[in-house]
Amino acid sequence: MKPEWNQWAREFKEQYPGANSALMPLLHRIQAEEGWLSDETIHDVATLFDLPESYVESVASFYSLFFRNQVGKKVVHVCVGLSCALAGSDRLMENLEHRLGIKEGQTTADGEYTLLEAECLAACNQAPVAQVNLRYFEGLDPERADVLLESSKSPEEEVKP
Amino acid sequence: MSQKYYLLRNREVADIDRMDVYLAHGGYQALKTALTDYKPEELVDLVKKSGLRGRGGAGFPTGMKWGFLPNDGRKRYLVVNSDEAEPGTYKDREIIEKNPHQLVEGIIISSYATKAREAYIYCRGEFLFGAEQLQRAVSEAYAEGFLGENILGSGFSVDLKVYRGAGAYICGEESALLESLEGRRGNPRLKPPFPAIAGLYGGPTVVNNVETITNVPAIVTYGAEWYTSMGTAKSPGVKIFSVSGRVSRPDNYEIPLATPLRSLIDDYAGGVLPGHKIKAVIPGGSSVPLLLPDKLDTPLDYESVLQAGSMLGSGGCIVLDDSVCMVGATARLVKFYREESCGKCTPCREGTYWMTDVLDRIERGQGTEEDLDTLMDIADNIGGKCFCPLGDASLGVLVSAMKFFRDEFEAHVREHACPMGAKLYDTVNH
Repeated sequence: MKPEWNQWAREFKEQYPGANSALMPLLHRIQAEEGWLSDETIHDVATLFDLPESYVESVASFYSLFFRNQVGKKVVHVCVGLSCALAGSDRLMENLEHRLGIKEGQTTADGEYTLLEAECLAACNQAPVAQVNLRYFEGLDPERADVLLESSKSPEEEVKP
Repeated sequence: MSQKYYLLRNREVADIDRMDVYLAHGGYQALKTALTDYKPEELVDLVKKSGLRGRGGAGFPTGMKWGFLPNDGRKRYLVVNSDEAEPGTYKDREIIEKNPHQLVEGIIISSYATKAREAYIYCRGEFLFGAEQLQRAVSEAYAEGFLGENILGSGFSVDLKVYRGAGAYICGEESALLESLEGRRGNPRLKPPFPAIAGLYGGPTVVNNVETITNVPAIVTYGAEWYTSMGTAKSPGVKIFSVSGRVSRPDNYEIPLATPLRSLIDDYAGGVLPGHKIKAVIPGGSSVPLLLPDKLDTPLDYESVLQAGSMLGSGGCIVLDDSVCMVGATARLVKFYREESCGKCTPCREGTYWMTDVLDRIERGQGTEEDLDTLMDIADNIGGKCFCPLGDASLGVLVSAMKFFRDEFEAHVREHACPMGAKLYDTVNH
């Protein structure tokens, strides 16, 4: 457990009438630092909340943006909703798979990229769209998948709940 | 077409997301009016008179929802649902990213009207920028004295917090949202009790959609009669429609209710792509049945769209043209519900999985005649038999596609292939 986690947990708990409401904000905060939520993290968070590990796991595993496996420094979510599919999101995904040498759901060997499907990202007027570490890239050309990889050279800003 | 905006007002103004710019454009005037000229009960009456209905999809009258809160002295909560994730719908995202103060102002007025002491915006996890915009707007509102204790000397106090979800469409269902906000899995709750009686932390709670709340400042400013002068008697006012798919100008369009669907597509969204014909329209987000081109003159109000065989829903309008394979489109939408089923109840969890399998098989040309009956059989065992509306939502497009385009499903089986090349992406036109 990192020393600051205890402090964060206390601060989040103070904000809500129910202590467990602070659980997701803390998981967001920790994942922003660590990149993912390891078994050890789940154990530590359970301790901080005086909850069974199974409870914390039940929450962490429910939500698609909490990563229970190690992911790349950049997580690329390609929207595969219908409006994006009509605008070429499947081809965009194929091109990204080819470019990165991995399949959807996988992480590159160098730990740089994880490639994932996203359900409708609510940007259908700009289809096809994708997110890199939750930052939008809109109106993409399915044949120019590199835009997603080049534009994200700088380290992503911190994700704060 | 030229448009008068109320909900998307100032969308062309640079930096309207900043407090000083928002104030310079008349921002928070409605809040001052509400606190000065109205008692809370009078505001509830005003919203009742306006006939405003919930814009998240269900269309329940907002004033009536507010009126359900019991007068039993318990602490009340207002929760704003910003978990927009219904395929084809992107109106709330524009509001929170581009003009978050308009939502915050609406929330403060609505909290005053419902006597809520604490308010939350539950923001979809994927909307990181949206959550940042909201957080900044909330901080600015505190700094101006629009939030917190004794707002503008009125004696009214409310606190507002932005809460980030973490990726779950089901949390747009109000009871699942409350579960999530309380730090649990987003499994829907059994109703009744409804949130008005036992909502957040068991307290009386109103849950309203972002667009719904965004109407409130405009209704305070212009009055209930202005609102009812638009639309129909049962569906008054304005609504944002998110148009996408095979049209020339996909965008959010704010139009009076009862505007014909054809006008939305042709006059606003620039019509179907050149050289193509409309095959079907999903008028209200991915959960509603298809409308065929013979229904294009349907007025976009709750009653007329229902009568035409679909639902107004969220106003997410996806236009499908003659280049789109209906089996492929249906498979894509049903897969969404498979991904987003919370897994709590069997018909939804297993049924959406099974339907996706069968649809993919048919699309690949490996389906059988029997598969078509299987699909309808599974649908029959989901419809009306699930714990929450998600199961039924997975059937809207499927059942109507099987009804209107059965020949396409049969052609896939007969020809052992997708006659349209199994590509949703029409390469010729891109």
